[in-house]
Amino acid sequence: MTPNPYLWVIPILPLAGAAINGFFGRRSSKKAISTVALVFCGAAFAMALFLAASFSSASAPYYFDLAHWIRSGNFQVDFSFYLDQLSLVMLLVVTGVGFLIHIYSVGYMWDDDGYYRFMSYLNLFMFFMLTLVLAKNYLVMFIGWEGVGLASYLLIGFWFTKDSAAAAGKKAFIVNRIGDFGFLIALFLMIKHFGSLDFTHVFAGVRSLPTERAGAGLLTAIGLLLMVGAAGKSAQIPLYVWLPDAMEGPTPVSALIHAATMVTAGVYMVARSSAIFDRAPMAMMVVAIIGTLTALFAATIGIAQTDIKKVLAYSTVSQLGYMFMACGVGAFSAGIFHLMTHAFFKGLLFLAAGSVIHGVGGEQDMRRMGGLRVYMPWTFATMGIATLAIAGIPPLAGFWSKDEILWQAYNASWVYWLIGVITGFITSFYMFRLMYMTFGGEYRGAAVQEVHGHDAHGHGQAHGHGEPHESPWVMLGPLVVLALLSVVGGFVGYGNRFEHFLAPVFQQGVDVAGQGTSPEAVKSVEYLLMGISVGVAGLGWFLAYLLYSRRPQLPARIAASLGGLYQAVANKYYIDELYAALFVKPLIDGSTTILWHGVDQGVIDAAVNGSADAARHISDTARHMQSGNLRSYAGWVAAGAAVVITYMVWMGVR
Amino acid sequence: MVPLSYYLLLSGILFVCGVLGFLIKRNIITIFMSIELMLNGVNLSFVAFAAHWHALSGQVFVFFVMVVAAAEAAVGLAIIIAVYRTRETLNVDQVNLLKL
Repeated sequence: MTPNPYLWVIPILPLAGAAINGFFGRRSSKKAISTVALVFCGAAFAMALFLAASFSSASAPYYFDLAHWIRSGNFQVDFSFYLDQLSLVMLLVVTGVGFLIHIYSVGYMWDDDGYYRFMSYLNLFMFFMLTLVLAKNYLVMFIGWEGVGLASYLLIGFWFTKDSAAAAGKKAFIVNRIGDFGFLIALFLMIKHFGSLDFTHVFAGVRSLPTERAGAGLLTAIGLLLMVGAAGKSAQIPLYVWLPDAMEGPTPVSALIHAATMVTAGVYMVARSSAIFDRAPMAMMVVAIIGTLTALFAATIGIAQTDIKKVLAYSTVSQLGYMFMACGVGAFSAGIFHLMTHAFFKGLLFLAAGSVIHGVGGEQDMRRMGGLRVYMPWTFATMGIATLAIAGIPPLAGFWSKDEILWQAYNASWVYWLIGVITGFITSFYMFRLMYMTFGGEYRGAAVQEVHGHDAHGHGQAHGHGEPHESPWVMLGPLVVLALLSVVGGFVGYGNRFEHFLAPVFQQGVDVAGQGTSPEAVKSVEYLLMGISVGVAGLGWFLAYLLYSRRPQLPARIAASLGGLYQAVANKYYIDELYAALFVKPLIDGSTTILWHGVDQGVIDAAVNGSADAARHISDTARHMQSGNLRSYAGWVAAGAAVVITYMVWMGVR
Repeated sequence: MVPLSYYLLLSGILFVCGVLGFLIKRNIITIFMSIELMLNGVNLSFVAFAAHWHALSGQVFVFFVMVVAAAEAAVGLAIIIAVYRTRETLNVDQVNLLKL
């Protein structure tokens, strides 16, 4: 490993930006705020590029020990940073996509009163996310892990005067806490059994366990607990419920935190812990099953959503399921590959959706959109590219990564593959449904209310004609860049180059290197599967075209004929209601009757009030001694002296 | 030679007279004089002990008490004058603002 003093600078830069904007932003001009936010975030991106330029697939990992933190006996944890091929990919994705979304936010949030707050939070998020990605041990990673949770909470509840936003922020925070609990226990187990939290030490400890079977129980427990943490952060069954609600936040937040970066932290953590998971086949299987089920489950919910951001939210959950499926079958690099391409196209989808929402004056219901391709051609084009990418149409980015995952899944079990392909079909269907409902047909919305004074934009266009309008270039620019990345991003993985790049990290993983030289028979199976997945993607497109472009009246009829099933899907399978009945309500009832009325009022308040009452009663009696009458005071003194003297005489004290 | 116990008895009687006067009398001046009576009762026992044990510390203490008493008399009389000027009475039962 090579020490590299630049590593710690990367996370610190956005922190400085956050601090400057957070402390002084209230009194600064918006130009100054934007400059600070963009410069510090851009500098981090530049540093990342600078590091990447000198880093190849053969490079030894960089590390940097910034400071000591915990020293206790043989156990020690430092503030140290670490960069290997895996973190480099994450680093570039986080800073690159993050920087683009910062630029976009300047346009999107310009008219918001909390502009400085928003920019400060975004920078703060970048700091924590980079800490998470660049950590050298699990505890520093945990700092970032909790920190991005905090930033997510702040940004979901950014419009905190809105009840639903505040509630969504709390929900995200609480659900994440459940996952973090599992993560923490996993860390405790590691400390107990490996005496360290440092990645290299823990993984060396795992690998030095004598045989495959040795410590299987321990590693399975650690793996499962890590997965609990990952499920919370990355919105997998059963902890995915917070992500759709998180759409209450401003759209750039959805793009940055709830699509491109933070929610992929779980995937990153699982991939980072590949050494542990490789030795715990049970845990791997659970990861694969959870991922596969989540992919399918969330995709089906996505079909019936009408809120444009909710569709994308469930799509994100579903795509994250793919990534976990890949990790679960041992194809960590495929999972990370999909993470990267997903960051491009899902970030783009959200930003484009934000552009649409911006253009139609804050409307999010797709039933009141339509025909927008005329009004916002750039948004339409870029979002179309992203849709093609997520649906898996070659040669766009999503095709390469998803195909890689499906192929690896097929090698593990055809069941994963089948569910993956079905999910791919559904994905294609709901994404093109979104496109047709938003951009196809005629405009169905009301005249656009100018909810924000556009003059402040400085892009000089006269609005107020009541029609949807295209967004300013500061927003379209990032869309175009991300669209380019969504087109070409997949070629990184051409010929398994991405896997070879990550090979040093996952060297202990399942053997993926042999694929380049696989025999013709295997190759033909791979091409067949590729054909099938592209075929179903096309089928989904066609079906969406049929239902939402050719026969727009048909979906309502189908929905009516499906009755209860449609209702269940449209209501997200009543999972929120189920959780409310199973966990939330008992908790609230128990807290109210036992903890509040019983313990708090009955014991704690009663004790406090009781002692106060007693003090008052005693004092009330005793105050009569203090009559203000000099002679009575003298009497008390004399009586007291008499008592003392009597006592001393009686006891014979000399 | 008068025995020590006589002095002590006289000292005790003087002290108790002072205490009773302090407790019973209403006039501040009388109360003040009662205090002096108590002090001098104690002084008497001090000098008696000093003579009995042939130790000078008791006599030194008496001088000390007399100095303090002189100071106290000055301050006390000043307070009494001040009280009389404001309240036009020397009855302590009517000087009872120090209550809750």
